[in-house]
Amino acid sequence: MPPDSPPAEAPAPVEPHPPFEPPSLTALFLAFAKMSLAGFGGVLVWARRGIVEQHRWMTAEEFNETFALCHFLPGPNIVNLSFVFGSRFGGFAGGVAAFAGLIGPPMLIAIVLAALYARFGEIETLRRILAGVSSAAVGLLIAVVLRMMMPLVKKRDVAGMLMLMAVFVAIGVLRLPLQVVLLVTVPLSLLVTWSLHGRGS
Amino acid sequence: MNAPNQLWTLVWTFALMSLFAVGGANSAIPEMHRVAVEVHGWMSDKEFADMFAISQLSPGPNVLIVTLIGYSVAGVFGAVAATLAMCGPTAILAYYVSGLLRRSSGSRWPVIIQAALVPLSIGLMGASALILALTSDRNWVAALLTIVAAALAFATKLNPFWILAAGGLLGFAGVI
Repeated sequence: MPPDSPPAEAPAPVEPHPPFEPPSLTALFLAFAKMSLAGFGGVLVWARRGIVEQHRWMTAEEFNETFALCHFLPGPNIVNLSFVFGSRFGGFAGGVAAFAGLIGPPMLIAIVLAALYARFGEIETLRRILAGVSSAAVGLLIAVVLRMMMPLVKKRDVAGMLMLMAVFVAIGVLRLPLQVVLLVTVPLSLLVTWSLHGRGS
Repeated sequence: MNAPNQLWTLVWTFALMSLFAVGGANSAIPEMHRVAVEVHGWMSDKEFADMFAISQLSPGPNVLIVTLIGYSVAGVFGAVAATLAMCGPTAILAYYVSGLLRRSSGSRWPVIIQAALVPLSIGLMGASALILALTSDRNWVAALLTIVAAALAFATKLNPFWILAAGGLLGFAGVI
């Protein structure tokens, strides 16, 4: 899971565009399947490694831009990225190939694990192990949240911190439905951000 | 409820949820918990925590917790339906938006939208952590494990796998 944080690093030094050789649909499928299966603890790192360093399908800068786009759109970021990336090379079919590679194989593994859990989930030992894993996994999630908060803290972004707390309380403490909370906070946050940073700059 | 109905509920629930999942799968966990445990009663708190643990242990994107939820509701078809519903619509949306943006590059809007959404998605992930902590950490030892894991993951570059494995080991030993 963890550092699925937004691409924070400075834009890479401008390098010549990688030698262009559009990957086939099969190559897209296999490349994304490989990244996804390697991607224990977050696929993003592996996706960057595979796309930018290994296959040289994109420069680091192009990758960051594509990821930024997928980060502000709703839905699982890395899944969005696979589709957008695949479609650059193979149109809609390319998008589907990359998407299927990213989702398909790990989904099969998840189904096997789900079946095992349904069959053996009641076994006391397994329950204890999973309890330990889930307590640790919550800790990992907290660490991701803290890491993502650091830029806001450093910038002393009071408005951002207030929005963050408001969402945290509304969802985490009051348990309000997601849609209701977002329908209020998204426009509000856009307005605040636009009036603070957008105008004039 | 009969099987086709269950499938339809899964598809509808996750497709709708994905459109509101700003900041990715981890932001949607409170909503998944609300829907699966509180609204539909598909599973207990404990089972939800287990699924989170399993999804962290298995390879691939974190969103695959919906595969596990789908399976527990409606078997293999449920697993596939829930996964595609959660991932498909937003991926296609991203495809069209990226096409549009490439034609109007140079706009400041993507930057502003992203800056506006980042605090919201961190807030959502914080809420996820809180809800999962309340469901997972039933005693002070478990809470302590969460805190130590958070500190280690925040302050060191230790591979998260070892932190999860240590948690599993402590659970196995009966410490939790």
